[in-house]
Amino acid sequence: MEGENGMFKQAKWNEPLIFKLGRKGRKGHILPKVEDEVKRAVGDVNALIPENMRRISQLRLPELSEVEVTRHFMRLSQMNYGVDSGLYPLGSCTMKYNPKINEFLANLPTIGMLHPYQNESTVQGILEILYRLERWLTEITGTYEICLQPAAGAHGEFLGTLLMRAYHKLNGECKKRNEVIVPDSAHGTNPASAAMAGFNAVVVPSDENGCVDLEALKAAVSERTAGLMLTNPNTLGIFEENIEEIAKIVHEAGGLLYYDGANLNPILGKARPGDMGFDIVHINIHKTFSTPHGGGGPGAGPVGVSEELTKFLPVPRIVFDGERYRLDYDRPYSIGKIRSFYGNVAVLLKAYAYILSLGGEGLKEVAEVSVLNANYLMKKLKEIEGLTLPYNSEKPRKHECVFSAKPLKNETGVSALNIAKRLLDYGLHAPTIYFPLIVDEALMIEPTETFEKEELDRFVEAMRKICEEAYANPELVLKAPYNTAASRLDEVKASHPRTMALSWRMYLKKNRQNL
Amino acid sequence: MVNPLGKHTHPYIPNSLPEIKREMMREMGIKSINELYADIPEKYRLKKLLNLPEALSEFEVKKHVESLLSKNKTCSDMPVFLGAGCWPHYVPAVVKEIVQRSELLTSYTPYQPEISQGMLQTLFEYQSMICELTSMEVANCSMYDWASALGEAARMAARLTRRSEILIPKIIHPERAATLHVYAEPAGISVKQIAYNSETGQISLEDLRSKISDKTAAVYIENPSYLGFIETQVDEISKETHEHGALFVVGVDPTSLGILKPPGEYDADIVVGEAQSLGNSMNFGGPLLGIFACRDDLKLIRQMPGRIIGMTTTLDGSRQGFCMALQTREQHIRREKATSNICSNEALCAVAAAVYMSLLGPEGLRELGETIMYKANYAIHLLSKINGVKTPVFKSAHFKEFTVNFDGTDLSVKKVHEKLLQCGIHDGKDVSKEFPELGKTALYCVTEIHSKVDIERLAATLEEILIGR
Repeated sequence: MEGENGMFKQAKWNEPLIFKLGRKGRKGHILPKVEDEVKRAVGDVNALIPENMRRISQLRLPELSEVEVTRHFMRLSQMNYGVDSGLYPLGSCTMKYNPKINEFLANLPTIGMLHPYQNESTVQGILEILYRLERWLTEITGTYEICLQPAAGAHGEFLGTLLMRAYHKLNGECKKRNEVIVPDSAHGTNPASAAMAGFNAVVVPSDENGCVDLEALKAAVSERTAGLMLTNPNTLGIFEENIEEIAKIVHEAGGLLYYDGANLNPILGKARPGDMGFDIVHINIHKTFSTPHGGGGPGAGPVGVSEELTKFLPVPRIVFDGERYRLDYDRPYSIGKIRSFYGNVAVLLKAYAYILSLGGEGLKEVAEVSVLNANYLMKKLKEIEGLTLPYNSEKPRKHECVFSAKPLKNETGVSALNIAKRLLDYGLHAPTIYFPLIVDEALMIEPTETFEKEELDRFVEAMRKICEEAYANPELVLKAPYNTAASRLDEVKASHPRTMALSWRMYLKKNRQNL
Repeated sequence: MVNPLGKHTHPYIPNSLPEIKREMMREMGIKSINELYADIPEKYRLKKLLNLPEALSEFEVKKHVESLLSKNKTCSDMPVFLGAGCWPHYVPAVVKEIVQRSELLTSYTPYQPEISQGMLQTLFEYQSMICELTSMEVANCSMYDWASALGEAARMAARLTRRSEILIPKIIHPERAATLHVYAEPAGISVKQIAYNSETGQISLEDLRSKISDKTAAVYIENPSYLGFIETQVDEISKETHEHGALFVVGVDPTSLGILKPPGEYDADIVVGEAQSLGNSMNFGGPLLGIFACRDDLKLIRQMPGRIIGMTTTLDGSRQGFCMALQTREQHIRREKATSNICSNEALCAVAAAVYMSLLGPEGLRELGETIMYKANYAIHLLSKINGVKTPVFKSAHFKEFTVNFDGTDLSVKKVHEKLLQCGIHDGKDVSKEFPELGKTALYCVTEIHSKVDIERLAATLEEILIGR
């Protein structure tokens, strides 16, 4: 089946682990030399290290020339798929194009070579960029102030829940208010973040329209409620129409409203979380503001807050006195620090350039086309046999739509996972699968605004073909993928105590034992 | 439907072309995109245009950002002797080339391993090399930074031991301590500081013994310490910690581990640290790269935060392959019972570190450690000759950073800093407020990028400022 005619074919190098490459004595990099005079003045540097603290054991790293190192990682990179390779419709991940100019700018030495503790007079340029970015993000989200420090969305959520804690603490209610409410459609990070900040997560169900069930919410709030964490549009891609009522219920119970910004893209310039009554808002810079995901990070997860909560934000705050930018640490109510320094600055700089490249109208266009694309896909996919669209299939979605492959699975044995794997054979990335948890055999599809109609059509065509294949020849789909660098992996083996190898060292240790 | 961008489409939005929109809407049976927004309550629909600057062309964006950034003065414009958790090191060209490979740069977390073998193998190699450097068996594929890694380590230790006290050294980066506090407090963990020997800076074993108890979840030390000296009583501290049933957590700067004894060899249970120093630019303090490693012990591994890549085979057994392992620890599966909420991490920084370690190899990392230590100690040698300057404050061996005390002069650290800056030199970090007991003290950092000329210029200028006034 490998390399079916005319189909995608990923590079498949037989590239060994780097530990198996190279030859003793080879060198990949030459360091600046230490002058004789320095050596004379200091004496033998190893003699300076107390004897019991010297490294005696051999450092078992590979020894390669620069040429081999470059080739090794170059080959590995060819066995990977990115947004530049094609459609990457992972729901709730907003895998949009990453503009190249932003990469160029973030790699300038005028940012790379800046130390965070330099005198403020020498870093006015970067402070101005960060300060202006904060202002723009408050405008976009309808919040009062923004903190740029969180390194990722979940880090922003952790900060958000800590802010809830600080707020209730100041009101003397921290002990009492120990519950954070999350819908059953929420991202896993929401309950996990609430738990990290010491709260119990209370789950409220969705109603038949896929939105927060208002009666259930009313029953869930109490004097123990610290707040509600909500994604809007939610993970089904549906806008929570009752947001005004939701906000009222939570606020009247004395809780705060938290906006999970994973799905901010479709409402850019169209509606703002702050206007809807959210007190705390996080933004995924690596989703909405186009910075690359880098195989898992670095991203950035700035947090916006209402005026009342600004005093709790981490230090330092960037302030501008009309002439100079300063870092202000004098914030007696601040929760302190959630990391070192000021945030993932190189990532934030890319967001700055992105907003400048689009302006207010462009951001609105981003939102509208992302919604157009998602609904276009939804319309087309609804026609495919084997798939259904749970939760009010007539309602427009926003940035994403969630299909269920349950009928297909029942009829052919081909599951959402199998569809995902088979999509890879068509040179397309799979959607998010098995999420949200409230949809069986879920395929969560977010095309974003940056893919052209032709690529969307290619996706629809591939989905149609795969479902046809499932009915005609399920084996074909069940054993996919064939055209990727590796076929299906043994994930059980990877996590089984007996076979688990989480490093080369661990692998060697285990295999010696096995001999 | 009027295209707000006029007749042009935006380069990032191919379907912004009006004909395409019309075509798509016709197929969908709608007349306007706004129909798709009909469910947003009227009162929340934004009536105005966002108050943002007007869109610029790529050339204008480039000019604008470059001109703002050119207001900065960087470590290439002047010698900068700052460290304290973010260090100036050279990043080889190969590293920059690889992390810009768009297949790696623009990929998501490798949830579909078959099409993501490149990223998975690279991250596995990163984990493996971190294990070699630290002499541990398991490493995850990154945390946000050292400070948050320490916070997670404290929580992990508390979960494992069901105890609620963490002992940390008095000499610790204040931002790291603050972050630890923020991570620990909601979990009911209290943090206590261990005093140091005022002569040597080394941990006071006496104070450690008086504070450690059956409530202690973990004892944490750093090597080299925040103030740059090498902590030598590692075996005693490790023994004391383990005798009390607590976990031994060690924080490291990995550039030291080519020449310093790795923490695995003094029985650390968890190792954290900052690997920005391995192939990543400083970028004004972020992104950074948090190290998190532990011993090969299932109890520990199952409590680890963050993503871990495992080596396996394809299901048919025909080929070695890689995938994410032990995902049942993580938030997307375990939700509120997860070991942490972390999901996005610093993967691409880990790629940079993997390439960097591969380039340097065992010899290169040893040379890197030696070079840094030579140069830092050369700076100590020259500065200590200046009248009124005492460096280092502590009688211990120093690796890359060292304290410089100005009590013997009539200038404050701030004044010295201002005068040096006027001469085009950026000194170290003023730690007088952090450690009042040390007097007028700054923390200097010297790495392989500081030339002999830079160091001699620093000494000569300092002497001129202090003596030749």
